Amino acid sequence: MSAEPQLQSPWQAATITRIEKRTPRVTSFWFQPSRPFTHLAGQHVDVRLTAPDGYQARRSYSIASAPEAGAGIELVIERLDDGEVSPFFHDVAEVGDEIELRGPLGGHFIWEASDGGPILLVGGGSGVVPLMAMVRHRTLQKSAAPIALVFSARVWDEVIFRDELIGLDDRRDGFDLVLTLTREQARRPSDYSRRVDARMMMQAMERLSKAPRLAFVCGSNAFVSAAAEALIEAGVPAGLIRTERYGV
Amino acid sequence: MVTRGFFSGRRPPSDTDARIPPGQYLEQGFPVLSAGPTPRVRTEDWSFTLKHGPRPIKKWNWAEFNALPQSKMTRDIHCVTAWTKFNTPWQGVLIDDILADAGIEPPSAFTLAHSFDGYSTNVPTKDLVTGKAMVALLYEGKPISPDHGGPARLLVPHLYFWKSAKWVNGLQFTERDEPGFWELRGYHIYGDPWREQRYSGDP
Ligand SMILES: Cc1cc2nc3c(=O)[nH]c(=O)nc-3n(C[C@H](O)[C@H](O)[C@H](O)COP(=O)(O)OP(=O)(O)OC[C@H]3O[C@@H](n4cnc5c(N)ncnc54)[C@H](O)[C@@H]3O)c2cc1C
Repeated sequence: MSAEPQLQSPWQAATITRIEKRTPRVTSFWFQPSRPFTHLAGQHVDVRLTAPDGYQARRSYSIASAPEAGAGIELVIERLDDGEVSPFFHDVAEVGDEIELRGPLGGHFIWEASDGGPILLVGGGSGVVPLMAMVRHRTLQKSAAPIALVFSARVWDEVIFRDELIGLDDRRDGFDLVLTLTREQARRPSDYSRRVDARMMMQAMERLSKAPRLAFVCGSNAFVSAAAEALIEAGVPAGLIRTERYGV
Repeated sequence: MVTRGFFSGRRPPSDTDARIPPGQYLEQGFPVLSAGPTPRVRTEDWSFTLKHGPRPIKKWNWAEFNALPQSKMTRDIHCVTAWTKFNTPWQGVLIDDILADAGIEPPSAFTLAHSFDGYSTNVPTKDLVTGKAMVALLYEGKPISPDHGGPARLLVPHLYFWKSAKWVNGLQFTERDEPGFWELRGYHIYGDPWREQRYSGDP
């Protein structure tokens, strides 16, 4: 065994292999790292951009792909018009470009099929990304763990992964999708048209066979605070709630 | 490695450059990060316990703790998610003054800070004393809001900000450097922003 201290996840170059627009403001980018790694569902990578004068900007992005999906990772980036890094990806980055990243990172906001269920996932906007990795992981593992995903988006056309999620929901194999639209009427009979609240959480939990063993909440800070409070009001012990906040 | 097409960097003004650690950017707001829901700790229920290993040394309630000598500290803070915020003004009780009130010298070289939500983080004792750290009670002259760690949070401004445990309810002196919550989950055991010690294994 080597006793050399080693950077666990050093910076490395990764090549963009595919770009696909998902919603008007959200685009998926697939990266092939030069030194491939295996992540766990829910983890993120750090990305850094370097200007010619050496100035660097660095941000975190969750991995949307399942660990067993094979070569490369999918990052899903929402465009913030006055942001520094996300507009670069939307306006400048092209297939074939090399971007520096390090990962996988994060050891708390993680679910493995072997952890079992039931699991309650609550995502707002691009906060669905690490939850999607968990849902995809469940599917590829053929796990029977019941999972309910409450996904809040502003409008129907901003529901990231919409077709894929509805397709999984239609299988009725223990995965339940609950959509809630905050600025439009619901399209599916079982969906909601309001912000997340305790009653919605209780109804989502009724779709699970028993009380969730863990709840994962991800999105903007305001969303995570509201959703975590709704979960507590719905009776989920605070110690079972894991949060990932995207910042402002 | 220069990134093709990336020019529009939001460079900090050059006179502030020396205050921004490597890989950090300047933030005007005050983002919130935490592992779980925000606990609402009522000051009636609040307490702070000093321990050596399993043994309690002294415990304060909210009124007793607020009666300890208070100090002000205005510092730059650095979050591991890459933002740096200048000149954050805090007021609270220096760890030195907590030890003095308990009538002890630091009994060991390592400390674990504990929080109401079960979070813990390890800090070498020498990084807490000689005016380097406090248990903060006020931010910008006002009670610290729950999402920023109120009623009281640890403030160790020269280390990455996850070391400044929110909702702090005690310090425990330990014989060994015992990793806390994030340190067990891939974050650096010490966390010096100037050496960019973000993740475990970083030199
Ligand atoms: C663990 C983790 C995982 C994440 N995963 C994802 C993900 O999967 N997908 C995703 O889209 N995002 C994700 N994020 C958020 C992401 O890291 C970035 O914060 C986000 O992309 C915005 O970066 P930006 O550079 O475009 O915007 P920034 O330049 O950081 O600005 C963010 C906002 O703040 C304002 N702002 C901040 N500073 C200034 C300034 N100096 N001047 C003017 N305006 C300012 C801007 O108005 C902008 O709207 C994640 C964050 C974390 C912590």
